[in-house]
Amino acid sequence: MSAAFKGMDIVSIRDFSREQIEHVLKLAEKMVPIAKGEERSVLLEGHVLGSLFYEPSTRTRLSFDAAMTRLGGRVLGFDQPAGASVAKGETLADTIRMVDSYCDVIVLRHPQEGAARLAAHFAERPVINAGDGAGQHPTQTMLDLFTIRKEKKKIEGNNVVIVGDLKYGRTVHSLSEALAMFGAELTFVAPPTLQIQKEHLKQIESMGHKPKISSSLEDVIKDADVLYVTRIQKERFPDPAEYQKVAGTFRIDLNMLKDVKRDLIIMHPLPRVGEIASEVDSTPHAKYFDQAFNGVPVRMALLGLTLGGLK
Amino acid sequence: MKEFKVTPIRNGTVIDHISMGMALKVLRIIGVKDDVSSTVSVLMHVPSKKAGWKDIVKIEDRELDPKELDKIALISPNATINIIRDYNVAEKFVVEVPNVIKGIMRCSNPGCITNKDEPVEPEFVVESKKPITLRCVYCDRVTTEVAENIE
Repeated sequence: MSAAFKGMDIVSIRDFSREQIEHVLKLAEKMVPIAKGEERSVLLEGHVLGSLFYEPSTRTRLSFDAAMTRLGGRVLGFDQPAGASVAKGETLADTIRMVDSYCDVIVLRHPQEGAARLAAHFAERPVINAGDGAGQHPTQTMLDLFTIRKEKKKIEGNNVVIVGDLKYGRTVHSLSEALAMFGAELTFVAPPTLQIQKEHLKQIESMGHKPKISSSLEDVIKDADVLYVTRIQKERFPDPAEYQKVAGTFRIDLNMLKDVKRDLIIMHPLPRVGEIASEVDSTPHAKYFDQAFNGVPVRMALLGLTLGGLK
Repeated sequence: MKEFKVTPIRNGTVIDHISMGMALKVLRIIGVKDDVSSTVSVLMHVPSKKAGWKDIVKIEDRELDPKELDKIALISPNATINIIRDYNVAEKFVVEVPNVIKGIMRCSNPGCITNKDEPVEPEFVVESKKPITLRCVYCDRVTTEVAENIE
């Protein structure tokens, strides 16, 4: 397994087999005490991570920083292109070729789809995609899978209800493909204008169970084992009144959780903007902050694997 | 009444069985512009036994390069190429859709990195040849709209 991972780019979840993902999840489990600061590690001492964030990000960037630092490595880079040579019009290809010579692994967040694949093309060092526009965000998918497996003991057979902006939501497409690959049952809940697109649905159907489609969360929430909530972005709606109406229908509060399964877990890639009321935070269902923490051990496992420190 | 007829050509290429309506796109692909010095004949909406209707393009004193053939295959997968030398058909073959398309069309996704000023050629994997379905190697966008995106 180690030979397959060392030096490997992590661009799209589609590049991974189920066995490879399971291997990452198992290693991530072992990283938890280090991620929590309970154990020390010098696994990646002397290694440098080049962190290139062309778009704002809090969780992804900080959890990569935390993961690298906890393993004894160092991080350099930028978190906004202004001031960097990028703002002067340098191509991504040139920036990558330069950074490639300064570090051992590159983490890239970029607004353009396909940016990570392009970076991987120009870099000799491994490139980890930290989100490319509306495209892929594979490390988010892995930490989502990790969270479900940790809370539910297994992924297979769980009824995962995914709600929110399923048309444009970055995390939704790769997550649902991965869940289908692991044999989870999927239900997609969205207003008709933001429902999952046919081509994605076809892809998911070809991998596993036929997903259910609904526009009413109330109809399906009772049977959910996992409720995965994503943000509905205001800018997708030409009419603000229409946005308010839709956003209200998909708001999770205590009232909405009246008849749910006792062991339902609620996840959210964060940031949330009113999709989940803060009163839900103190219920045992709320797992979104654990999910955000899980980004650290999962990214530790991936950094360790791609740099050859882990096998 | 005098019969209208396109005369045989001495040297050049006859592109036959072009999908109906695609002849002008073929002209664009092979770069027929003001500076062409030989005769180009275009027949549109010609009865065809195989397909009902077809288009034909004859271009004198010119043979096509592999990139042009790939482009023609993408917009008209059943087109046949007849290379004419001294009034005889020297070679005849059906165009072939390649498995990987590189540098001959742009990605239909405006947000794709290949549509920015980056030093890469757009690249596609052919997922299906009938109908032609392409997936961008960079952004993963799947498209069947080929003719609009050929450069």
